[in-house]
Amino acid sequence: MSGPIHIRPDETFTLNVGPQHPATHGVLRVKMEMDGEYIVKAETVLGYIHRMHELMGENRTYPQVLPNLSRLDYLGALGYTHGHVLVIERAAGIEVPERAEYIRAITVELNRIASHLFWFGAFVMDLGGFTPLMYAIQDREHILDLLEAVTGSRLTYCYYRFGGLYNDVDDDFIAATKAVIPMLRKSLKKYDALVTGNIIFMKRLEGIGPISAEMCRKYGATGPVARGAGIDFDVRKNEPYSVYPEFDFDVPVYHECDSLARYKVRMDEMEQSLRIIEQGIEKLPDGPIMPKKKPKLIKPPKGDYYQAVETARGSFGIRIVSDGTKNAYRFKLRSPTYSNMSLFDEACEGMMIMDALAMMGSLDLVIPEIDR
Amino acid sequence: MGAYFSEIFYGLKSLAIGLGVTFKEFFKPVVTVPYPYKTIKMTERYRGHIELIENEEGEPKCVSCGMCQRACPSGCISLASKSVEYEVEVKGEMKTKKKKVLTKYDLNFTTCSLCGQCVESCNFGAVTFSKDYNLASSRKEDFHFDLLKRLKERNS
Repeated sequence: MSGPIHIRPDETFTLNVGPQHPATHGVLRVKMEMDGEYIVKAETVLGYIHRMHELMGENRTYPQVLPNLSRLDYLGALGYTHGHVLVIERAAGIEVPERAEYIRAITVELNRIASHLFWFGAFVMDLGGFTPLMYAIQDREHILDLLEAVTGSRLTYCYYRFGGLYNDVDDDFIAATKAVIPMLRKSLKKYDALVTGNIIFMKRLEGIGPISAEMCRKYGATGPVARGAGIDFDVRKNEPYSVYPEFDFDVPVYHECDSLARYKVRMDEMEQSLRIIEQGIEKLPDGPIMPKKKPKLIKPPKGDYYQAVETARGSFGIRIVSDGTKNAYRFKLRSPTYSNMSLFDEACEGMMIMDALAMMGSLDLVIPEIDR
Repeated sequence: MGAYFSEIFYGLKSLAIGLGVTFKEFFKPVVTVPYPYKTIKMTERYRGHIELIENEEGEPKCVSCGMCQRACPSGCISLASKSVEYEVEVKGEMKTKKKKVLTKYDLNFTTCSLCGQCVESCNFGAVTFSKDYNLASSRKEDFHFDLLKRLKERNS
């Protein structure tokens, strides 16, 4: 073609962000209708890595589904497996020893910090700062080492069992966790100085990417996205499960509704998770990690069971309809990122593309969990 | 006007603080490992692919009951066995008994999700996790492990 391309002033063009784009953190595709730098309309296209986890949950026996749940969200996998074991335990009437519940809470919170740390690094990298990612990964490595020593794997854990745990934690883990907590507190201060106070960072996020409380309610957004819009909702507080009522922690809520508010919520959540871990280690009781009486074959009685848990990304719900056999009749996963992402189409209308991608980063999308 | 200059001052200050943080990192020890030349020892509970355990005679402990095969969610274990007659002395009398001997134990590692259901389901403690993690290959066939052969190679 010769000569420049002439675009009429009222003409729009379509821009495909993804399916292979670093800003989407996975195989998500956003079809954007652009008017110059401004987004007229956006449409997210899903399904590039759909793996039919729900159908697998219906075809396999209950224990065989255990490894599937950690493949949903590879950054905060333990939260998802926690929800799964909780719902089956309630359905089959299995008593869980207290020690197991405490260890679950400690490991879930450790995993939540690891997830938020990685999100922090990736988010700042989306905005153009590469150094914080390196620091965040270095700190996350300490947590992954802790979890690896206990669970045996680094990302896709299969640690919880119906009724308890795969294996017990030892004194080394307790000592190492105690050592990691002050180190992480120091790092959080470092991030505050390096990133949160940075003028460029603040100018990029303050007042940018508004997501109102109404929009959160409309699309069912939960987690840090909703808490950044002023909705004080945390499943750990509002519908307590496991041993969370025993812990003293706050739910950070910000009312600014912008990307910076969502960033601050996550940064504060890490501190709260550290508090939970501290208390958990202090209160950790002795005892078995598996119940004495456990059915060999897990066959929950007929019924409909639902359990919601607070994962790093929001409220994760798992519904199981049992028909009394060893397979579930219906296995439904309600993933938080799916709802959080759904509001992107509406929220980014009229925004500049750079701001829209910054907002997408603040939603903390993990694509395998959307597609599942 | 005052707000304009205070913003510039704040901006410069925040950048200086940021530079201070990164400057301190210069003097911290290196945390990474030059991987192919130096490796990290895996933890006790590290889950690699599964491995057979031998008994005192160097034979696999496995009695080929097939529990691991049934427990596996992905169906990546396939084993075969044959019946062998052997004589044993019971109260001074020689009696012939039958036992199953493992002839094949294949692991298709391409579909394994390292959940540990096979290790847990084994009632004889015949399967364990290996500490092997240097498993890069461009050929699919390299991940079909003949665990019986590996056991023999380990013993010889």
